[in-house]
Amino acid sequence: MAKLKLNFSEPSHVIGVSLLIGGVIFSVYELVHDPDIFVTTLLKSLALGSVYAILALGFVLIFKATEVVNFSQGSIAMIGALFISFMVADENLPIVGFFWEIKNPIYSLGGPEWLMWTLSVLVALCFAAMLGLVIERLAIRPMIGEPLFSVAVITLGLEIVLRGFANDTVKIQYRNINAPWGTGGFKIGSGFVNWSYFAAMIVAAIAFVAVFFFYRSRMGIAMRAVAHDQEAAMAQGINIGKVFAIAWGAGAVLAALGGLFATQPPVRQTGAVDPEVSLVAFRALPAVILGGLDSVQGALIGGLIVGTAEIYAGQYLSGQTAWLGSGYPLIVPYFVMIIGLLVRPYGLFGTPEIRRV
Amino acid sequence: MFLRPNLYTSYEQEIQILPTYTKKVLAAIAIIVLLLIPFDVPLLTAATDLPVLRNIPIISNGIPPLRFLGDNNWLRVLDQALIFGIAALGLNILTGVAGQVSLGHAFFMGVGAYTGAVLGGVASSSVWGWNLPIWIWLPGAGVGAALVGIIVSPVAVRLRGLYLAIVTLGLVFVGIHMSNTTWGKHIAGDPGLGRDFPTYDIQIWKEQPPLISIDEDGKWFGFLDVTDNQKKYLFLAVLFLFFILLAKNVARTRTGRALQAIRDRDIAAEVMGVPEFKYKLIAFATSSFFAGVAGALFASFAGKLPASQFSLALSVEFIAILLIGGVGTVSGTVMGTFFVVLIPKFVESFTDWLADKTEGTGVGAKLAEVVISTGPGNQGPVSSATQTPGYPLNVFDWNLVLYGVLIIVFLIFEPLGLYGIWIKIRNYWKRWPFSY
Repeated sequence: MAKLKLNFSEPSHVIGVSLLIGGVIFSVYELVHDPDIFVTTLLKSLALGSVYAILALGFVLIFKATEVVNFSQGSIAMIGALFISFMVADENLPIVGFFWEIKNPIYSLGGPEWLMWTLSVLVALCFAAMLGLVIERLAIRPMIGEPLFSVAVITLGLEIVLRGFANDTVKIQYRNINAPWGTGGFKIGSGFVNWSYFAAMIVAAIAFVAVFFFYRSRMGIAMRAVAHDQEAAMAQGINIGKVFAIAWGAGAVLAALGGLFATQPPVRQTGAVDPEVSLVAFRALPAVILGGLDSVQGALIGGLIVGTAEIYAGQYLSGQTAWLGSGYPLIVPYFVMIIGLLVRPYGLFGTPEIRRV
Repeated sequence: MFLRPNLYTSYEQEIQILPTYTKKVLAAIAIIVLLLIPFDVPLLTAATDLPVLRNIPIISNGIPPLRFLGDNNWLRVLDQALIFGIAALGLNILTGVAGQVSLGHAFFMGVGAYTGAVLGGVASSSVWGWNLPIWIWLPGAGVGAALVGIIVSPVAVRLRGLYLAIVTLGLVFVGIHMSNTTWGKHIAGDPGLGRDFPTYDIQIWKEQPPLISIDEDGKWFGFLDVTDNQKKYLFLAVLFLFFILLAKNVARTRTGRALQAIRDRDIAAEVMGVPEFKYKLIAFATSSFFAGVAGALFASFAGKLPASQFSLALSVEFIAILLIGGVGTVSGTVMGTFFVVLIPKFVESFTDWLADKTEGTGVGAKLAEVVISTGPGNQGPVSSATQTPGYPLNVFDWNLVLYGVLIIVFLIFEPLGLYGIWIKIRNYWKRWPFSY
């Protein structure tokens, strides 16, 4: 992590610090003024931040290992959510279901509902990982050594392709996720808290802890070595192809998890996969950029900052909707990103590129 | 110099727009074809009426193989290609020449479209419009977009590479949202339907009859009998040629060389005395100017357009044009434009052709039936309906998927783009009959 040095002769640092102080004063005022709303808003923003952090972590894992910004993360999230919706529904599985009547066998085992749901989701995540591996092998592996930008455009092309398939399935009939926590919640005074908030936070915590430990395993060290210098890593005998594959597999799993929570409150209220799900990943991009493209803790902190900004703007500026336009919270992440980049052009924790003449 | 095309004996020779004879001839042919496309040439028309050719389905669908298009529905597709070509040339200055990757080109097109709409559109109770003539609103659209480009560039200059790409991507979403606000609705009209845009008619001032009418059938200058489609096409073709010349000249001047120096190694350029901030600002402004003009033309061409059309998909299309054509070259950009804009239309007519095929008999019909499902119970991965619930891919999404696959496959197999293919062909014939 690069040291954050404050320099008050630089206007952007003054802006950053004054925003921070203003935020603290505002929080204290609101906490005293209307604690119910403030606490529920805080929980909501932490939940949204967790969703963004999960998606951002997927971006960062893939970027660190392969130096590719995966613009198709949104579509992979949507397809992953679709896999989940197929696994948890009481109907024939797609493709094979055309020819034979095959339903998800887990549900015929019996047992508590939440356990069968979780197992089905885990199976769906395996399918998502396989999708990631296939994408990596077919579209990314041949592009090793090409300019970064060509690879980025390949992922944009993938976005079009995958979204074509996914949209086709959900455009008319939204697909339900049937989450065991339901759409319910509890009240704190006049504020409302959904159970899904806690699910999102717990899954984000598990994901980040898992990545933390993974980076300390043998494969994780290899991955960090590849991120540091591909050629040197190859010279040390690290199998770069394996590293790429694992990064894409893990990235796709995280995307699918992000897609799962993108259907739940606070992101969307429907609890079903609809065409808007893939756009959530584009709102997670500011989180990645704000935290720094190649930093895991940056993904967490960037996600939380962006989520907090979005929810708080939605809560406390709602009187200005006429002037700001309906749905204005959705573009708050981009403004946060631009302000953050004015202060630090490589994000909060990103590694600055070393420039030589 | 006839047989030594790469031998330059003076600086003037080297910076010519078309340095070799081959290029001169090819450019002349291209311009002649471009200007002749909307007309029928009698001899060629007679040739395509031969029954052998007429029975090929894709030709009866509207693509004439040998003759020029005349007043055909394919002319509208070409119009779009010309408009997108202008925008792509602008992006080429920013991304190809100056090396600044931007995913926000659609945003600048939108800014241009709505500047043009406010300047040239007709006011109503819900939208603003000053009803000015085209010679004000078209350059005005470019200047408006360029000003926004200048406002954005102080942020953009600090960023590099993918960080810049993602920030400019943010601009697209912010731009679409701005059309959703109370003041944005006065500019962009209803978020779902959009607003009316000004027409191409060239007038001297507001209420006068058009000097050169473009939106109605009729004679031009008293003798040239053309329909409104042909008029639009010719108008756009002339503008397109003008902007090609402009783009070529930007790359040849002091500014162009400075931009190339920044692209190749920005910090080295600064060491040599190229002010980075100034030239990046110029690159943003120029590119936005092109985008603004193209956006205004596009909006006016579409007639009525919601602001959500200026979306990320449009930006991606321009990036695809650049990469498929060949980054940094004007001729590559032009080739890429025609390729990328025409491909979806070809994919569409291919799908139509497949759907037609299923009604026939023979091997072709059997193959087509495997792919296309025409009704319920008729299995196949693609449905011929435009909206289907469930698994058979509807035609609209199928076109989108094929388009994306083509972009990916093209980039994997030909990373240098169409320009790279041209280089290969040229080098082959240069050393022919020797293999190296």
